[in-house]
Amino acid sequence: MEQFAVLQGVAAPLLFPNIDTDVIIRIERMSQYGRGELGPWAFEVLRFAPDGTERPEFILNRPPFRDARILLAGPNFGCGSSREMAVWALQERGIGCVIAPSFGDIFFGNCLQNGVLAIRLPVGTIDKLAARILGDPANATLTVDLENQEIRGDGRVVTFDIEPLARASLLQGLDPVEVTLQREAEIAAFERRDRQNRPWLHT
Amino acid sequence: MTGSGSVSSPRTLFDKLWDAHVVAEVTSDVSLLYVDRHLIHDLGGHTAFNEIERRGLSVRRPDRIFAVPDHVVSSAPGRTGGVAGWSNRHIDGLRDGCRKRGIRFFDVNDPEQGIVHVIGPELGLTVPGLLLVCGDSHTSTHGALGALAWGIGASEIVHVLATQTIVQRRPQRMRVRFDGTLAAGTEPKDLILRLIGELGAAGGNGYAVEYAGSAIRDMEIDGRLTLCNLSIEMGAKVGLVAPDERTFAYVVGRPFAPRDGDLELAMAHWRTLATDDDAVFDREVVLDASTVAPQVTWGTSPQDVIPIDAVVPDPARAPDASRRDAMAAALAYMGLTPGQPIAGTRIDRVFIGSCTNGRLPDLRRAAEVVRGRRVASHVQAWVVPGSQAVKRAAESEGLDRVFKEAGFEWREPGCSLCVGANGEMVAPGERCVSTSNRNFVGRQGPGARTHLASPAMAAAAAVTGTLADVRTFLR
Repeated sequence: MEQFAVLQGVAAPLLFPNIDTDVIIRIERMSQYGRGELGPWAFEVLRFAPDGTERPEFILNRPPFRDARILLAGPNFGCGSSREMAVWALQERGIGCVIAPSFGDIFFGNCLQNGVLAIRLPVGTIDKLAARILGDPANATLTVDLENQEIRGDGRVVTFDIEPLARASLLQGLDPVEVTLQREAEIAAFERRDRQNRPWLHT
Repeated sequence: MTGSGSVSSPRTLFDKLWDAHVVAEVTSDVSLLYVDRHLIHDLGGHTAFNEIERRGLSVRRPDRIFAVPDHVVSSAPGRTGGVAGWSNRHIDGLRDGCRKRGIRFFDVNDPEQGIVHVIGPELGLTVPGLLLVCGDSHTSTHGALGALAWGIGASEIVHVLATQTIVQRRPQRMRVRFDGTLAAGTEPKDLILRLIGELGAAGGNGYAVEYAGSAIRDMEIDGRLTLCNLSIEMGAKVGLVAPDERTFAYVVGRPFAPRDGDLELAMAHWRTLATDDDAVFDREVVLDASTVAPQVTWGTSPQDVIPIDAVVPDPARAPDASRRDAMAAALAYMGLTPGQPIAGTRIDRVFIGSCTNGRLPDLRRAAEVVRGRRVASHVQAWVVPGSQAVKRAAESEGLDRVFKEAGFEWREPGCSLCVGANGEMVAPGERCVSTSNRNFVGRQGPGARTHLASPAMAAAAAVTGTLADVRTFLR
């Protein structure tokens, strides 16, 4: 997994509540395309009209937000389907950080698995950030600093909380599978105990 | 042990299940848990095997994994696989990957095939006390049998394949007590939709939810499966019902369930799987089941739900601007006007099926409404049984004839129109009454308008050609 230290880039406010992973990536795109081919299809239903032309009013179709690397999102972002391709599609579009009041639990975990930083901030804080950015897109560039747990932009600083394990894992770019494989002895010990505790599951 | 403390202090069902699967504590609230069963399907299985190969990993416990194609299989009568080359690549990739690693695979037209969350309980792969995961958010379904089950992402699938474990943050615990008795014409689907409407699409975020109360005690297993299935639609990865005599009666004798001496040992364990009297939940919710009317969704989130005899809500009355904008956008997408009675809205399609409502009792309740009636001439109506076993059982009762004589299509098992992964979709602008789980924008196809409802309500819509109150059909 890639390390996450500091991300500087344009932040796009997309404050609609309950944006689900079906909206982030449609299922037929994930069944017809693979990892590395999903970026062009991110937010397809929001970015394009039914005839395939871009919706000019949608934020990610407007400069400077077209090249956003950070999303300022609404409550329950990434709810719904467990499809990790939603995270891949965001990543392939260049988005490495999503800031929202709350997230779908599975999406939140999937972000962490891929080195995408998902930050929870109070809705009021996000609204203020968004208002400044929309008020003057020259303020749209933010710096997300994981080491110092700060979001900087326009001379202001917002701090954020993150679970220590997630922070360490992102900063070091740890591979969760490799980490767990170090615990082989404990896994084997569990299996031996379990054979005694639940023999009915082992025949 | 962490969180709820030592074994002697009162624990919830959730805590008992969690504690029994801890391999190691990673931090004070993150554990490495042992996975008893891992179910995989055609939309992800193939990719996971490729990743295992690419990284030079091996599958640790092939005997704990079961695989089935359900998402991309065609539901057309006489199908042999998917609808196109790309879908067959997923199915073939899953089949080959399983064969190579000695993983049990139920093929497209095998007697065991079906939607992964239908066949798990049906085959006895899901039994009380297990920790079960699957790369699909509706894995919450399996909690209805007293198993700890949730949906995982692609990276976690690889993690489970390689280590047979999963790293998880311990969620908070919520108990929802459904007291009272469901009124005639209402079903478990109505109960859970009403709850989602009250708590909201994020109301269960961070929680494992246990359903309890007299309405649950009285409920057959299939209804509990529907209830737990939809837990994820209020954000809860885990839904649970404590196993009881109904559960044991359901599980015993199923092909992969413990039998003979093993069954006795298992049963002794299963009988300990109930929340202790003094156990404390982080949140408690009570809902009187007798007050619940048949529900139907009007918007693009499962929380956008009203009783069938209500009017479409008005965004002007929303509590805040964000909610108002979301409601207005949902109504525009759905082509509905605030204040109009939802009943009587003309529909184009009906879909009866899915991991939510594709089981035999669901089809029976729908057939009861359909029997002796005709699907409205402008409506295209499908029944997609949840599994081959459901299909066989329904056919042996003659339900297929009831549906076909009314003008329904009787199709082959799979996810089908719930999610459109196989290419089966509702056309742009068409209005579909669906027994599935998500009315998201584009869920059933780009521009498709979905109204979630119970199987009986879907049947009533099919025969009237409009959203209709099934209670007027009761004989």
